[in-house]
Amino acid sequence: MTTAIAEAVSDTRHTAPASHAVWTPFNAHDEGQRLIKQWYTTLETANERKEPVANVFVMGNAIEILRSFDFHMVFPEINSLQSGVRKTSAEFIRISEDYGMSPDVCSYVKADVGMMLKEEEHPVGKIPKPDLSISSNMCGTFIKWAEIWERRHKMPSFVLDLPGQRTSNWAVRPGDAQHSTDSRWVEDQFKDLIAKCEKITGKRFDIDRLAEIQGRVNQMVIHWNNVMELNRVCPAPYNAMLDGLTYIGIMNVYRGTVEGVEFMRRLEEDIRAKVARGEGRVPEERFRLLFSGTPCYVSMRRLVELFETWGGVFAYSDYLTFAAGGMDAAELLYDTSRPLESLAEVTALAAQRGLSNQFFAHERMEKQIRDYGVDGVVFHGIKSCRFVSAGMADTRDYISKRLNIPTLYIESDLIDPRYWADAQIKNRVDAFFEALQQRGGAGPLRGKEVPTGKGSLA
Amino acid sequence: MKYVAGVDVGSTQTKAIIIDRNRTIVGRALLDMETSMVTIAQDAFLAALKNADLAEDQIEYVVATGYGRYKVTFGNEQVTEISCHARGAVQLFPKTRMVIDIGGQDTKAIRVGPEGQVEDFTMNDKCAAGTGRFLGAASYALEMPLSELGPLSLKSTNPVRITTTCTVFAESEIISHLAKGCLPEDVLMGVHEAITNRCVSLARRVGITSEATFTGGVSRNIAMVKLLAQQLGIPINVSPDAHFIGALGAALFAHDRAFGTAQQLATAIAEEA
Repeated sequence: MTTAIAEAVSDTRHTAPASHAVWTPFNAHDEGQRLIKQWYTTLETANERKEPVANVFVMGNAIEILRSFDFHMVFPEINSLQSGVRKTSAEFIRISEDYGMSPDVCSYVKADVGMMLKEEEHPVGKIPKPDLSISSNMCGTFIKWAEIWERRHKMPSFVLDLPGQRTSNWAVRPGDAQHSTDSRWVEDQFKDLIAKCEKITGKRFDIDRLAEIQGRVNQMVIHWNNVMELNRVCPAPYNAMLDGLTYIGIMNVYRGTVEGVEFMRRLEEDIRAKVARGEGRVPEERFRLLFSGTPCYVSMRRLVELFETWGGVFAYSDYLTFAAGGMDAAELLYDTSRPLESLAEVTALAAQRGLSNQFFAHERMEKQIRDYGVDGVVFHGIKSCRFVSAGMADTRDYISKRLNIPTLYIESDLIDPRYWADAQIKNRVDAFFEALQQRGGAGPLRGKEVPTGKGSLA
Repeated sequence: MKYVAGVDVGSTQTKAIIIDRNRTIVGRALLDMETSMVTIAQDAFLAALKNADLAEDQIEYVVATGYGRYKVTFGNEQVTEISCHARGAVQLFPKTRMVIDIGGQDTKAIRVGPEGQVEDFTMNDKCAAGTGRFLGAASYALEMPLSELGPLSLKSTNPVRITTTCTVFAESEIISHLAKGCLPEDVLMGVHEAITNRCVSLARRVGITSEATFTGGVSRNIAMVKLLAQQLGIPINVSPDAHFIGALGAALFAHDRAFGTAQQLATAIAEEA
């Protein structure tokens, strides 16, 4: 165990708020909903209180720096997905298409533009005007999207240039020469960002504050990795593509906060208790599945229902790692004795893992299939995002032909309900399970030991 | 003697098949789709019973398939047409390792195992390009029956290229080519090639294997069979019962449920004897 991990473990054991010293019931879904509502409520009045607001993306966002300056964080991607969950995305998308945007443009962008054209009236409340936006080259659309905010809100945007994949046969390793060079490049940009934040907020940068926030992120990451590992048991205590989406929402929105640490601590405790009781997500788990790709937020409950009807549970999803800011392994913990350098190192590493996803996804997935005892893999292509869908062909080919693991490819969209064709998707899902049944069913993992991986708090 | 049935409620036609304990087809019916799926499924089943000269109470088990499978109110179970086409094709052609099914709104490529089990499959998504509807659009634009499209297209010497991937726009593209003076056979061959390209692309995704069986109504089109064989580069089986293969597969699943495995069935027959 590295020093950073040991510190984080130690921190976690001693920072639980006193109010939770007495056991109180914990419902992760309800608590997650409460926290999300609380976040939006706080955002509504941020402009009135003249508190700084930043628009950020889930990946490559330097959120720890922003939080050290007390910025309120707006996640336009989360606003858009929430519009899908709350069934208003169709209207926002229509407004942006009426304005002239093509049906092929990312539906997250269109929902956001539609919302802006409706004077920021989102079903969760009014979204505040940002004072700054952070984008990066992790997705080409991010930069164009930030330009829209810049023009509409007349505020500055800061674009992080995060070095990506150089060749198809190379993967970044922590501490290698390339990673060190990339980290210094990212660190220099962070220094520029800090200067910009000082100018906007009128506050001096406090490196101790940054370290404190990073320490809390470390604690959240350790809990999160444990929560993911706990789903290796059969029956799986939660569905990675339904319950898991609530969990990563908190991972992102409350990243580096006391509330975030507490939620993740109690979540892990809750999941451990479920595992101890042998409590599964479905009454009779028959198939363990891996979901690859981004969700269809507008129909996620329906999609999960189609699978759970057959006793199929998503034990794992690669979305849980890359959509949680790339914090998918203990080696991505911050070294709080070198806050800024460490932030740059982790950001460069996480970015390259995200950007190289298409080249090495099959290697990671092979391990995940083994770790989570997966019977089949479901790929979900996104109609309005080729970036996350393009590499699926190679991965699927490898998984089905080289590993002989059944795969299913379905396609819809993030939040555009026009791409959800229920009868067609149900047909594919049913055929997938019929094929799995013909292979002899599943369920061999019942009773498997609870793993205790890196950073385990058990 | 007891029998079992399979009913395939598709987007344009409903098919029913009745088989006996030896898996021999004893009755069949094919009806064009009407407004009520519930009624058409019932009518097709009754027509198949009549064709087999059987009464309803002689049917032990009914499996429904196709998009309208949940509308078969008298069915005991529903199985997707993907599994049913795989099962039916291997029953008729045991060396089948790939099934190409071109129906009214779906095109499927299915890789199958020796027992007819589905190993992988892929289908067209949310768009009818490359399906039977594409030929329907050509038939409408050329004012020509579907049955004549294949033979005429084979007379082509200079096929045009259909560039659109949209079935609706294809119709206007066909009219545009005809207006420019292109021969109907050349336009038609362009349509057939466009469908074949889409279909072969699906087949490559699941992996082209040793022998394919072409199912669905479009398999009756001779030009499609010829083009698919050329592009896939493997033997293509086409049965005179090609459009019944989904219903046959459903009947075979019903047979499993009613009579158990081959061994269980043999024991039962021996006991009866």
